[in-house]
Amino acid sequence: MSKFRNQGKKELPPISTASLPDIVFMLLFFFMVSTTMREVNYKVDIRLPEATELSKLEKKSLVSYIYVGEPKLQFQSTFGMAPRIQLNDQFATVGDIQDYVIAEREAREENERPQMITSLKVDENTKMGIVSDIKQELRKSAALHINYSSRERVER
Amino acid sequence: MAKKIPEIPSASLADIAFMLLIFFLVTTTMDVDSGLERRLPQWVDPEELENDDRINERNVFVVLVNRNNDLLVEGEYADIDNLRERAKEFMANPYNDETLPEKEPTQIPYFGETMVTKGVISLRNDLDTQYGTYIAVQNELVAAINELRDELARERFGKPYKELEGDRQNAIRDIYPSRISEAEPKKVGGN
Repeated sequence: MSKFRNQGKKELPPISTASLPDIVFMLLFFFMVSTTMREVNYKVDIRLPEATELSKLEKKSLVSYIYVGEPKLQFQSTFGMAPRIQLNDQFATVGDIQDYVIAEREAREENERPQMITSLKVDENTKMGIVSDIKQELRKSAALHINYSSRERVER
Repeated sequence: MAKKIPEIPSASLADIAFMLLIFFLVTTTMDVDSGLERRLPQWVDPEELENDDRINERNVFVVLVNRNNDLLVEGEYADIDNLRERAKEFMANPYNDETLPEKEPTQIPYFGETMVTKGVISLRNDLDTQYGTYIAVQNELVAAINELRDELARERFGKPYKELEGDRQNAIRDIYPSRISEAEPKKVGGN
């Protein structure tokens, strides 16, 4: 009888924390691999338009971005309120786009170049005039595959 | 006699790793960029561009967007909510209507000889059109073609278009080509 009674009084050993760093490291590596740091600082305000027929940009390394929108508040004194183009970290004009596309193309491996995509991040209140100019420049520099970046619209 | 080096304490290892973990947790952005995918036409020198009006009028679905973001579809005011239905009707032409585009018999794998529409959607916008409206219109036109493809895929293969194998997708794409042409923008009315 006493043989069984004794067992209940035994103290639980503390849980070993030796494997804790391993678990944390595992999580750490996961986030390190999946993370993408924001590469540019937006100098323009962009509120993307909404759409339903979206396709994802799968390979980030093949995408080059063109941003269009009103300059942020701190740049409005120098650049004004009218929508401007931003390439990389700088304000640019329509004439700079061809050089930008060529530079982006040079930075890629030769076999990846045909699959390059240009993503247009344009504010929804921008007038089409500037967008059409950009499209003409892209056509001239043979960057024909484009993606109008937009948000997912929730269907009511 | 060599002095024994004391073991480095590893108790703080977890803390350091946690700190790094929190840093990456905060800086990480998981959102995948997505958007409307389009292909621009090849650049043509304006001087070489000759105006050929060989395309029959009934084969063109004209969508105009003016500077006040109003829509003119086939010559009359229209609402963006009806655009998708009208574009679908135009591309499919189920009853072989005289005013809707002609069809041409074409050999297509999996389907045999099929009547393929000659219809082209022409989208023209004003320089002052808002980008948001333009994307909304583009979205409706792309959606119309995607829905037609999806309906055909379900009817024929019992699966949505996106889940089909590559060559079946190609066959459906041949029947409903994504022909949205964008004319060079210019002023299109609206005072």
